[in-house]
Amino acid sequence: MPPLSWGGTFQFGRYHMLSYAIRRLLGAIPTLFFIVTAAFFMMRVAPGGPFDQERALEATVLANLNATFGLDQPLWRQYLIYLGNLAQGDMGPSFVYRDLKVHEILAIGLPVSMKLGGMALALAMVVGSALGSVAALRQNSAVDYGVIAIATFGITIPNFVVAPVLLLVFALYFDFFPAGGLTQWQSYILPVIALALPQIAVVARLIRGAMIEALRSDHVRTARAYGLPTRMIVIKHALRAACLPAISYMGPAAAALLTGSIVIEQIFGIPGIGRYFVQGALNRDYTLVMGTVIVVALFVVVFNLIVDLLYAVLDPRVRYD
Amino acid sequence: MPRTLLRTAALTSVLALTIGSQALAQTYFRGSDGDPETLDQHKTSTVVEANLLRDMFEGLVTLDSTAQVVPGVAMEWDVSLDGLTYTFDLRDDAKWSNGDPVVAGDFVYSLHRIMNPETGAKYASILYPIKNAEAINSGEMDIDALGVVALDDHTLQITLQQPTPFFLELLTHQTGLPVHPATVEEFGSDFVQPENHVSNGAYTLESFSLGDSIVLTKNPEFHDAENVAIETVQFLPFEDRATCVRRWEAGEVHSCSDLPAEDIGRLESEYGDAVHVAAYLGTYYYSVNTTREPFGDARVRQAMSMVIDREFLADEIFGGTMVPAESFVPTGISNYVEDAPRFEWADMSMLDREDAAIALMEEAGYGPDNPVTVEIAYNTSENHRNAATAIADMWSVLGIEVTYNVRDASAHYANLRDEKDFDVARAGWIGDYSDPQNFLFLVESDNDGFNYPAYMNPEYDALMDDAAAETDLAARAEILADAERMFLRDNPQLALLYYSSRSMVSEALIGWEDNLLNVHPTRFMSIAE
Repeated sequence: MPPLSWGGTFQFGRYHMLSYAIRRLLGAIPTLFFIVTAAFFMMRVAPGGPFDQERALEATVLANLNATFGLDQPLWRQYLIYLGNLAQGDMGPSFVYRDLKVHEILAIGLPVSMKLGGMALALAMVVGSALGSVAALRQNSAVDYGVIAIATFGITIPNFVVAPVLLLVFALYFDFFPAGGLTQWQSYILPVIALALPQIAVVARLIRGAMIEALRSDHVRTARAYGLPTRMIVIKHALRAACLPAISYMGPAAAALLTGSIVIEQIFGIPGIGRYFVQGALNRDYTLVMGTVIVVALFVVVFNLIVDLLYAVLDPRVRYD
Repeated sequence: MPRTLLRTAALTSVLALTIGSQALAQTYFRGSDGDPETLDQHKTSTVVEANLLRDMFEGLVTLDSTAQVVPGVAMEWDVSLDGLTYTFDLRDDAKWSNGDPVVAGDFVYSLHRIMNPETGAKYASILYPIKNAEAINSGEMDIDALGVVALDDHTLQITLQQPTPFFLELLTHQTGLPVHPATVEEFGSDFVQPENHVSNGAYTLESFSLGDSIVLTKNPEFHDAENVAIETVQFLPFEDRATCVRRWEAGEVHSCSDLPAEDIGRLESEYGDAVHVAAYLGTYYYSVNTTREPFGDARVRQAMSMVIDREFLADEIFGGTMVPAESFVPTGISNYVEDAPRFEWADMSMLDREDAAIALMEEAGYGPDNPVTVEIAYNTSENHRNAATAIADMWSVLGIEVTYNVRDASAHYANLRDEKDFDVARAGWIGDYSDPQNFLFLVESDNDGFNYPAYMNPEYDALMDDAAAETDLAARAEILADAERMFLRDNPQLALLYYSSRSMVSEALIGWEDNLLNVHPTRFMSIAE
């Protein structure tokens, strides 16, 4: 009887989870539509256009370019054309990188950014949780203060300081790693570390705080009273509860990490998509900006969903109704 | 643990070095200022693209390592007495990378393509001197009316709208490079993809990965292939100048095409001759809106110009990487007079200049009692901000009060062109070809796009027209010099600094010659073992 009912609820729970996920994804469509619309018109409010650069263009040439890219059409029509193309999965040509379409540009850079961001994310989760747990278990010891100091350092020192320092020390002074590009596997080490450092710091602090609380909670005390080994208590019972705040944080953080960082990309010379967020906007590359906005919006939607689903896995009290 | 880590790291770096040195023998790792926006010679507009296209294609004429015009696909040419007809005699051994011969018809096809309004060519205007080109590009005339004819496979005739003594210089611009007609017909705008690419220069396109690298390999079909030493060129895009410098210091690139101004001092003291700072064909200036009072008064503009200490700007603000300007047309330009015009007051001391300027302002009715307020508009950049702040301080002796308006580049330039809502605005101009006309035409009264100050001077326009009609180069140079003297008297733009090019060049890279156009074709260089 108990195994059966357990299986039943499990089936029931999975069905609920799936329908919940589908409902959430469908619910994201109006959100995305709103974001696309807002971004489209906000871009156009910015003065200047994609062809206003240091080198001004002849009037004839400018007229030809505007006609080529449909910028001579009224704005509402440009918007409808854009929406129509987007519905067919076409993000249009880039205004600046004229040999490429926006989806091609993103297809080149996004895998690079995701690979780098994914590694940084994994590193941050593992190292951050380990440091946070150790600190919590030895609360108010030297180890604890050490972790807090490192975490504070990691949060306050910005990327654009850490990255060049790492390069100067480990690539130029010691010559352990290449000074830029992604030519060999060693090329990944410094940028991943630079990307992960602030995240490690945040995760360590979150885990430490939650862990201290979890260790004092009733269910952990009960587990101790049963005489379970400390390792099991920490990993299976305390850490599981202590993960929750870190996981809520990591949802949006993962979306940000996986879509690249302009600072890290420029300092290490990495071909990701982080730089297009800034360049695209400064160049008024309307379609490219729209493309990056859509990518980020999708990542945020998906990762928020993943976080909510993970909550249910980790915390049996969460239900999807 | 630390020790093993150290050992592994040391081992891998030794490994990397050996691989590196093997590759170095034949590959030129060339730092470049960023990604090309396109590899289509008819849509091109940037310096990065110029460097790439110059390595891959050869035009009728081309530039050598010192930026002199030398024969390219055309071995020789005749210019008719009226300066209107150029007849080019093409070499027999010019070939495309697929083995096809390069014929006159390829140039006809290419020039037709760039003038076709549908191509949307950003720099079509540079070839407007060709007969009917502008009308065709505006869609007012049929493409076949273009003044370009293939007399036979090896003879090309180009007819001009009016005499243009710098026409050969124009043809060295990347817009003058030919495309392979059959490939363009077959693949359309995808002819630039590496798998479709056919070129006629020293190199062919091997691969292109945005933001990562562009690899060119030697073209065995190139007529001068036997003298091309470097087998492979890898162009690496650097948005951040400091990143290139670090990789140069780590021995991972041979040259950087720009350097961070704030780091020049350190680099020069550490690497000496590897740092190249050379005169460049460009001027950094402030446009003064002559349609607003009191800036319509030439005395006010001259006073504003006189009190600017250009030495200070060049040395302190730009770390010695810019040169104080004494004129609008940069020094060293071709087709100009020996004794180029300068500010009349160029040799006066700063103190005398200040006194004279204060007197000019008083004459115009301004001073501490009746101060002028100026808004300086500039595009976002640390250096522009520092320069504007310094200039505001220099203007304070005239009782000028300064406010600032900072926009990003797109907004700034759109404002200069369309709304013209500014008192004084920062701008810069890099010459497309080495001729004074390319600077002085900026303030012709009918030049809507570039005449930011809205300078309207019929005498100036007349001089520019005379110069355009004059086929004798020496006489033309004198007329242009008269025009520049008028410019320097009227100061519609306050010339501040001449640009310099700045590069890091490895000792191993042989054949890099500093020149005014900052042009360094790979085919003339080699790499020491």
